[in-house]
Amino acid sequence: MDLYEYQGRALFARHSVPVLDGGVATTPQEAVELAERLGDRVVVKAQVKVGGRGKAGGVKLADSVAEVETHATNILGMDIKGHTVEKVMLTVTADIDSEYYFSYLLDRANRTFLCIASVAGGMEIEEVAHTDPEKVVKLPIDAGVGVTPEIANSIFDKAGFPEDLRDQLVDVFVKLWGAFVAEDATLVEVNPLVRTPEGRVLALDAKVTLDENASFRHPENAEFEDKSAVDPLERRATESGLNYVKLDGSVGIIGNGAGLVMSTLDVVSYAGEGHGGVKPANFLDIGGGASAAVMANGLEVVLSDPQVKSVFVNIFGGITACDEVARGILGALQTLADRGEDVTKPLVARIDGNNAEAGRKILADANHPLITVVETMDAAADKAAELANQGA
Amino acid sequence: MAIFLNENSKVIVQGMTGSEGMKHTRRMLKAGTEIVGGVNPRKAGTKVDVDGVSLPVFASVQEAISETGANASVVFVPPAFSKAAVIEAIDAEIELVIVITEGIPVHDSVTFWNHAESKGGKTRIVGPNCPGIASPGKSNAGITPADITGAGPIGLVSKSGTLTYQLMYELRDIGFSTSVGIGGDPVIGTTHIDCLKAFEEDPETKAIVMIGEIGGDAEERAAAYIKEHVTKPVVGYIAGFTAPEGKTMGHAGAIISGSAGTAESKKEALEAAGVKVGKTPSETARLMREVVENL
Repeated sequence: MDLYEYQGRALFARHSVPVLDGGVATTPQEAVELAERLGDRVVVKAQVKVGGRGKAGGVKLADSVAEVETHATNILGMDIKGHTVEKVMLTVTADIDSEYYFSYLLDRANRTFLCIASVAGGMEIEEVAHTDPEKVVKLPIDAGVGVTPEIANSIFDKAGFPEDLRDQLVDVFVKLWGAFVAEDATLVEVNPLVRTPEGRVLALDAKVTLDENASFRHPENAEFEDKSAVDPLERRATESGLNYVKLDGSVGIIGNGAGLVMSTLDVVSYAGEGHGGVKPANFLDIGGGASAAVMANGLEVVLSDPQVKSVFVNIFGGITACDEVARGILGALQTLADRGEDVTKPLVARIDGNNAEAGRKILADANHPLITVVETMDAAADKAAELANQGA
Repeated sequence: MAIFLNENSKVIVQGMTGSEGMKHTRRMLKAGTEIVGGVNPRKAGTKVDVDGVSLPVFASVQEAISETGANASVVFVPPAFSKAAVIEAIDAEIELVIVITEGIPVHDSVTFWNHAESKGGKTRIVGPNCPGIASPGKSNAGITPADITGAGPIGLVSKSGTLTYQLMYELRDIGFSTSVGIGGDPVIGTTHIDCLKAFEEDPETKAIVMIGEIGGDAEERAAAYIKEHVTKPVVGYIAGFTAPEGKTMGHAGAIISGSAGTAESKKEALEAAGVKVGKTPSETARLMREVVENL
């Protein structure tokens, strides 16, 4: 889960990492009230989970409360690369003497954690890493040891930070590591980490990604979940415990297992090339079991997407054999009819694996007007794409 | 021969007495796996009857090893307790620990991986979030359906469970030496490369299928390894060509950002290493069929 800057800043503050005084507002009025507390000179920053907001006009300096109101009014509701700005963060300003870069992250290739530090921070850090790689220090961090003051000192030395900041920066490195571990983050990034003319160290930005697998031990971080930005169908699926991602096409997809469903998206996209360019409408993994109840919940979510013109159910029966899967599909349609749902979209079923023939026979015998059974995944994808194209 | 798991594997189940552990212990026994017991400190000293087989429950992995000579463990314990379970297995120096559990925090996976390395890498970790290892006709440790395929010359390594089953099923008449589900998490123990190396050395394996998916650069590194070290024919499949950027597709590892980790870059890397890459699972099976016919 990627956090908004204001959430990352709050998380830093929780771990005593020095940040600027500030707050968040969802209306110009709230922004004005906040500015009255913070003082005349504040920065108004759009809160979106995408880069380039400065260039898009989403970051403005205000010299008066009236200017705060103007900027907040302009920025709230602004579209930045497809993201609508729903919140602005306000902070007091700081004079900047130098900009540094600092992060801890998961290094999946080496199965360890990594610290990246540079005295050449700021907007051009990626460029620096490319043209001047020796200015960007990368150090693996042993999870069993962590970042002790001793290790923080060695990061400081290797990156070549100015000596007079040693105590402050070592303290920040240790505290950021504390936040990284305590919050189960996979990324904490500060860019820029600045030095003020008075020699103070401040984190001026906060980019944090939290591991959703660890949410069971962080109930306090549930508030970071961005319910407003989640697609309503995705929210409904989440409530039913389904792994669903809304996409733009018209072929609804239901399958078991993330890899198989991803593969199904590919196969349907290829098939769609021959049928008016139709594409998958969603990713939906109903998991290994594929019981009738789960199938019904999955079908309900997919069928309630108005863009869906046909549904492709692609199940490999392993632990749950295909005869059970077939009964599951029929049971799901019955359940939906009983619930009063309007089930009129054609459904292509491809079931393979254990007891595949028995499963197909159950579906054939049921002679359901909406169900077409196709034996192979490729041919079934083609049929589903054809039906979606006809329904368009 | 097979790799990692064979007819001589003596398997214990950590978390055997839980509902998933029980269900899959029953299935593994039915598949012919030599299960010698389970571990649960709270039920130590008791016996569990599984379809007429009486399995002892031990207080620790160490005790299970001394009492039974177990050399492999399958972990079904819930995510909150998985780190402790895996570290216990590593400390007992068991040869193989297969972590089936889905949803383990990545900090925990990094911690047990670093711990295994600090102990000299004596324990092979497979997973987490994986279907396990199946060596048809010999042993099955994990949740792979045992009856979808038979023994044969193909070695398979995959990030994805159901795609593995699909391929095993399509090629069931040819059969498999070993299928290793390495798991879809961002941090896993055994990698594609570890499996490729073992398959290359395994006389029973004549050809290799490698299934990958978007995210990370494991497939690209595997491609480089194949080019240098693998002489047996390799057929590949990558899922996620049409997945939109920046969206997580189920597996925590299956997320792409920027150009690294796309299906296209993985396919290109594999093809540059001489691997035939199928566009769909069925085409991949066809390619493997041709390879086996020409062996």
